[in-house]
Amino acid sequence: MSLLSIRNLSLSIHGAPILSAVSLDVGAGEIVAITGESGSGKSMTALATMGLLPRGAQTNGTVTLDGTDLTQLSERKLCGLRGREVGMVFQEPMTALNPVQTIGRQVAETILIHRAMTPAKVEERAREMLDRVGLPADRFPLDRYPHELSGGQRQRVVIAMAIALRPKLLIADEPTTALDVTTQAQILALLKSLTADFGMGLLMITHDLAVVSDMADRIAVMQKGRIVEQGPTRQLFARMEHPYTRALFEASDHRVAMPPAPADARPLLQVKGVVRDYPLPKTQLFAPRQHHRAVDNVSLTLNTGDRVGLVGESGCGKSTLTRAILGLEEVQAGQITLDGEPVFTGHRPNLDTRRRIQVVFQDPFGSFNPRHRVGRLITEPFHLLDAPPKGTAREAAIAEALNAVGLTPNDAQRYIHEFSGGQRQRIAIARALIIRPELIVFDEAVSALDVRVRAQILDLIARISAEHGLAYLFISHDLSVVRRVTDRVFVMQAGRIVEDGPTERVFSAPEHPYTRSLIAAAPTLPDLTHLKEATP
Amino acid sequence: MLRYTLKRALSLLVSLLVASLVIFFVVEVAPGDPAAYMLGVNAQEDTLAALRAELGLDQPKLVRYAAWVTGMLQGDFGTSYTYRTPVAQMVADRLWVSLPLAAYALALSTLIAFPAGIYAASRRGRAGDMAVMGATQLGVAVPNFWFAMMLVVIFAINLRWFSAGGFPGWEGGVLPALKALTLPAIALALPQAAILARVMRSALLDTLGEDFIRTARAKGLSPGQALRAHALRNALIPVLTILGLQFSFLLAGAIIIEQVFFLPGLGRLVFQAISARDLIVVESVVMLLVFAVIVVNFLVDLAYAAVDPRLRART
Repeated sequence: MSLLSIRNLSLSIHGAPILSAVSLDVGAGEIVAITGESGSGKSMTALATMGLLPRGAQTNGTVTLDGTDLTQLSERKLCGLRGREVGMVFQEPMTALNPVQTIGRQVAETILIHRAMTPAKVEERAREMLDRVGLPADRFPLDRYPHELSGGQRQRVVIAMAIALRPKLLIADEPTTALDVTTQAQILALLKSLTADFGMGLLMITHDLAVVSDMADRIAVMQKGRIVEQGPTRQLFARMEHPYTRALFEASDHRVAMPPAPADARPLLQVKGVVRDYPLPKTQLFAPRQHHRAVDNVSLTLNTGDRVGLVGESGCGKSTLTRAILGLEEVQAGQITLDGEPVFTGHRPNLDTRRRIQVVFQDPFGSFNPRHRVGRLITEPFHLLDAPPKGTAREAAIAEALNAVGLTPNDAQRYIHEFSGGQRQRIAIARALIIRPELIVFDEAVSALDVRVRAQILDLIARISAEHGLAYLFISHDLSVVRRVTDRVFVMQAGRIVEDGPTERVFSAPEHPYTRSLIAAAPTLPDLTHLKEATP
Repeated sequence: MLRYTLKRALSLLVSLLVASLVIFFVVEVAPGDPAAYMLGVNAQEDTLAALRAELGLDQPKLVRYAAWVTGMLQGDFGTSYTYRTPVAQMVADRLWVSLPLAAYALALSTLIAFPAGIYAASRRGRAGDMAVMGATQLGVAVPNFWFAMMLVVIFAINLRWFSAGGFPGWEGGVLPALKALTLPAIALALPQAAILARVMRSALLDTLGEDFIRTARAKGLSPGQALRAHALRNALIPVLTILGLQFSFLLAGAIIIEQVFFLPGLGRLVFQAISARDLIVVESVVMLLVFAVIVVNFLVDLAYAAVDPRLRART
């Protein structure tokens, strides 16, 4: 009998159906992945297993852990079980830890709350667990606070808390989604080795097929609250019986049909020897102020119609460089020019160049004012123009921009909350397009989208750039996406550009060790032709 | 932590200096000649001049400011224009009423507000929460002097447990003095407790929605344990801010309550001094209150750092 056995689990919250007839097994020492798009019920399945569902939840069916039906247990009994028999790791390591308690105390709490050891031994076990997850005592004493740790290190603390009592089952809900690729690879390796060492079952939830493909023993694909297909990983990829599984796989591996780049290109954006320093807080009263060099002597050129990628991990300086290019921040040295004109003049952004560069950000909801209609939202860049269109000309511009991104002119009357994430990102692109810029910066513009929506937006970006003769700078931490939509790529590390070249060359034959480590760490989808031959 | 403390202390000194300058010159430009006020409308010009000289009013402003500040540093607040007694003595007498009253009221307010706020937050949306929210709504809306009058009617006139007003002084023992301060302290505390309970509740609810509470629940903590072990300390920052403001208010803002209960507190002293153009008393009391506010804020800042390690790291 398997360790965790979910049978016909249905769930509704305040009457709205969330899960229907979910059945799933996880054996000891086994890694089972649940995958699917946002809203498919992946996380709710995990929370139902933990007995941590939100108020108003009604469940049917059974969740059996080691012979005990968890749905029949009282809250008291469940508290005794959580942390001891089942551990859980969450998506957002930055907020998953209590900011005012030391990491040692938070790890020890798991042990103390279950009165599993004598207080004298608790500290010893907490130390042992932090060592086990790769936080050695000399650099990570127990009295460290979460804010002194990076995201990956915090995720290690969360894992240490979850495994402190060696639970039989560990549930990891998107444990690496918020992390950089190299950190992600380390955390995945850690989870894998813990599963093997402790003989735990691992139920892993992720939207990223590539992440689970070389780690899970079995995969369950969820759509709209149902498991549409599940099976051993290789077999599932080889067969892909359900159309939704195929759609997910194809979207994850989506190849954008890139129109040919324009032939008569001239230099558009020139970044020459740019340096951006941030002052650090003083460590001593009379010592000279130290600076953090976020962008260190960066030079690059974008021609008209260029499709260029910029990749690097968090903190590498890509966002700072973006803000400098947009004229939002002054640089300490070097110059950024558009068509020969500086983007920043006399401590102010140069409006003449500013109207020719637009930007699309990651968060499709946070970057819109929820109280304005779409028509007003997408015409915001008009304030950059000397003579913004009025009346029918304005209406025509709105209609044209909305049509260009695959929406209808009627959508101008609606509010942003009425749209899905993908539609919002289309609106963000319409807002960027409306003043007919020559360059658009896409700053992690598809990172928050589900794979199928992401594929559509990438197609849209490729299409409009050709139609409007646009150059774009595509910034992302996701290497596979950058590879699809760019001709040339810059790799940034610690404020410097360490490698640049044609995208295919950089990805197939990376020269710099950092580029090589990035590409090696990025999870990849299995090669289907190879799999089909190998699987009976 | 040391650097943080030193920085806060430096800002405390600068605030005090600026405050003393502002208070001195604002009171100086206020209309009304204390000498004329003391001697009445029919006073002779030479008598007035003599009195002004005696009070030091004929000196240049900066000299008088310097004398005022150095005097204060040595505990000499000058002599009241109207009562002809040392201001320091007058203020000290009143402070022995106002300070314990404020502390008493604040303690009561905290004792009521913390459990009420925590209880309401832990029962969010249920009957207990509604009851606490309704009661605090009432507490915020009803003025404290009405509470004061009701307390007098019930506990002094009907039940005769307390006297209706007056203050026996501390010489007759601590208990009778505290007893005399009890009804006024309750009247002062109720509206403050209502505000504080609401702040406590909403700060706790914000914190209870945080990811680390979910983490704590996944470790096996019950909702109550998660609230006490993780939410409470994180919710303290806004609560401490309000507590600091309330103490400052209670110190001088008790004037109506002092009036209702015939208490010789600071509020009444300021009121009388302003009516009598007793500038030196007004200046001294205001300076003292500003000093109290700034010191309380300093202590609140230190409390922030004690609560939140991130503040200790950032300087």
